[in-house]
Amino acid sequence: MNATGNTGRALPWALVTPALGWTLLFFVLPFLAMAFSSLTAHDGGGFTLSNYSQFFNNPAYWQAMVNSLQVTAIVTVVSVLLAYPFAWILAEQVPERWQRLALMLAVLPFWTSYVVRSYSWLLVLAQNGVINRALTGSGLFSEPLQLANTRLATITGFVHFFVMLLTLTIFANLKQLSPSYRKAAADLGAGPVRTFLHVVLPLTLPGIMVGAFLTFVLCIGDYITPQILGGNNELLMPQLVMMQMGRRGDFPLASALSIILMAVVTVAYLACARWLKIERA
Amino acid sequence: MRALVRITSWIYAVAIYGFIFLPVVVLVLFSLQATSFPIPPFTGPSLRWYDAVLADTRLTSALVNSLGVAALSSAAAVALGFLSAWGFARFVLPGSGLMRGLITLPLTVSYLIIGMGLLVLFNWAGIPKSLFAAGIGHVVINLPLCFAIIYSQMGDHQINIERAARDLGAPEWKVLLLITVPVMAPAIFAGFFLSMTFSWDEFVISFLLTRFDTTLPVEIWNLLRSGLNPKTNAVGSLVFAVSIVLVVFFELMLLRRKPA
Repeated sequence: MNATGNTGRALPWALVTPALGWTLLFFVLPFLAMAFSSLTAHDGGGFTLSNYSQFFNNPAYWQAMVNSLQVTAIVTVVSVLLAYPFAWILAEQVPERWQRLALMLAVLPFWTSYVVRSYSWLLVLAQNGVINRALTGSGLFSEPLQLANTRLATITGFVHFFVMLLTLTIFANLKQLSPSYRKAAADLGAGPVRTFLHVVLPLTLPGIMVGAFLTFVLCIGDYITPQILGGNNELLMPQLVMMQMGRRGDFPLASALSIILMAVVTVAYLACARWLKIERA
Repeated sequence: MRALVRITSWIYAVAIYGFIFLPVVVLVLFSLQATSFPIPPFTGPSLRWYDAVLADTRLTSALVNSLGVAALSSAAAVALGFLSAWGFARFVLPGSGLMRGLITLPLTVSYLIIGMGLLVLFNWAGIPKSLFAAGIGHVVINLPLCFAIIYSQMGDHQINIERAARDLGAPEWKVLLLITVPVMAPAIFAGFFLSMTFSWDEFVISFLLTRFDTTLPVEIWNLLRSGLNPKTNAVGSLVFAVSIVLVVFFELMLLRRKPA
């Protein structure tokens, strides 16, 4: 469509090849290496499915996946339920000229360090942390509560992060909604509640699903938050993967567990594909 | 009814803002703690923990490493992303949809798995752990982002400017450097600064792929092993400050992109 001659043919390939090559060399090839590794035995030797059968036969490994799925499901649902009204308030109740500032403030802690964000929740939730000091100091409780190193702490840390993320995506979704839909619903006699339930909510569902999928993927693959806030009371899948790598140097088993984790994400993707496709179109 | 909605909205918004800001406020507040534990009661203010962080050569060199890796890997990601975005936007290539899909694919895979894959590969190839290895991983995660941002901003009106330049006799490299790069500068900067914030804060790939010299998030992680410590608060607050500066740059670039 452009320049003619030899350069015209060679040029486009010269432009796209570096990026393609990088992705093939440092993304596709490592994935293949990992898949290959997952089929080998830890102590050398030939091909084996033992790394995968270990996962299905070892209750501790299996439990890590169950924990991961439970935590991720709770985090996703709670985050959506908290973020939706907040995004709605920002989009509908806050005057237009303040919206940008209000949204920026709502996602500001997004930009603290990923590691530090979990650590700062530890400051809040620790035995002698802010919440326990407030509870015992006010005389409500005589003993500090066990808040850190629990599943609740892991979930709190995750929800904190994903409320910010979902507020962004749902806010964008609500703003894209043409006001004429709501006007039409009102003209046809629907009250605010019915308009919301039958018009606004269904129209923002694709956005919610995209945000929920993003939450699912990022949450189930995260190592930091459960490691810092959950303590070692229960293992989640990324912790299990890192444990095989770090302590035991068992690359094949860690590879197999990673691939199982990726398979779960793929299933989630297929389950949401309907809405994810709408978003891309 | 309307007043009730307003009041409920206010209460809800304040509660969520409180939830969002609670850990950050606690972090920054107790980084100014005068005594050795970042727990109530607050005994500050004092800058001694900031002094301690700046005197800690492990932390300061990790900070320099982080900035270096972030700047270089973002530059590489934005260069690769820009060239490929230009290629796909301006020329018809067989299978281009598939190739674009391949370039954006890493966006859907968690960092842990990308880092694991690189570790297995480098382990086989005998490439030692290093900042360079981690940087390669950072380009992998940021290239799709840079590509997507720049590709989405390649509009048709730019084609005409480029065509005009060609009609006036400019060779391709001149069109690229004197027309396309300046026209696309806001998207290029946006991609670069967004990559910077991601790379600067990335933990798991750096953790897996570095050994002796490492990046700041990994060094903070090591610091966490000593338990609650106001030094961690201070370094965390500093990281926050740097990120905010990067975000403000990013915002300015985005605002500039809006037609005046």
